[in-house]
Amino acid sequence: MSRVPLEKKVLSENDLIAARLRDTFLAHRIFCLNFISSPGAGKTSLLERTLERFGPSERVALLTGDIQTDNDAKRLARSGFPVKQITTGGTCHLDARMIERALADWRLESLDTLLIENVGNLVCPSSYDLGEAAKVVVLSVAEGDDKPLKYPSIFFKAELLVLNKIDLLPYVSFDLAQARAYALQVHPGIAIIELSCKTGAGVDNWMNWLAQRREATQARNSLVPDKA
Amino acid sequence: MHELSIANSILEAVRKERERLNGARVTRVGLRIGELAGVDPDALNFGFEVLVRDTELEPLALTIESTPRRHECPACKHVFAVVDYQFDCPACGAKATRCIGGDELELAYLEVEEP
Repeated sequence: MSRVPLEKKVLSENDLIAARLRDTFLAHRIFCLNFISSPGAGKTSLLERTLERFGPSERVALLTGDIQTDNDAKRLARSGFPVKQITTGGTCHLDARMIERALADWRLESLDTLLIENVGNLVCPSSYDLGEAAKVVVLSVAEGDDKPLKYPSIFFKAELLVLNKIDLLPYVSFDLAQARAYALQVHPGIAIIELSCKTGAGVDNWMNWLAQRREATQARNSLVPDKA
Repeated sequence: MHELSIANSILEAVRKERERLNGARVTRVGLRIGELAGVDPDALNFGFEVLVRDTELEPLALTIESTPRRHECPACKHVFAVVDYQFDCPACGAKATRCIGGDELELAYLEVEEP
């Protein structure tokens, strides 16, 4: 019996494709975000709000993942921006290969921003790099305020936590300060925005974060010489 | 429940390594899972068992080593495992220590039978 050291990542195949996607996004100066939450926390609503705020000249496209149905793609397509549904047929997360396949027939040179709505699931999507610039985790106040402690992986990996449905605070026992404290315990430095897709409260803060984060990425990208 | 697809990735890696080792008989896979990786060892063990059954890889054992979240102190360079979200450096008391590990999901080693 002998032991052969390996020391390699289990998901190296996915990471390889994600790295390829990241290169593609860099080459086309595309800013990409990966939205993750449990089912019903309001990813689609947040994206609807975001698209409403974007002017028609905005060069944005969306990919939305679900196990079944294209309901979300239909909802988001009302905005007039290009949307593609990825139906995983049972798989509980999006992986880099699904993204690569979905983008194959899109003209990436006509895009500046790509927003990816992951399958509703607070666990599995956190393991799969999609080549995004940042992960955004959405938590609604209709859930428990201790979710950051129960599902640390995604709160650790996300750059921004959106606390959604704050209009419901009078009716639920969610403690905002506690949720913030837990999120910062798991991930010191995580950005946190409270908002309500229903009333529009806090959406300005979210749009500012998005604009600044996009600017920061694109300023970095412009340091890279054109591949052409 | 993405442990099944992770188990599948492990078996793909084992098959690839086996080829590289000229068809050597692999008896055990050593895996390292960080507490921030978001992977449940029990579910992974189960998925692994199911996928190995009735294949050419059987019998193949899986050993999982769980690793803690690790931080490094920028002041004194001390590296420590974080318990109960205590991030202050236990050696010098400095705050704002930096996370340097704990989200890994790695194949550590294979055990192979000598031909």
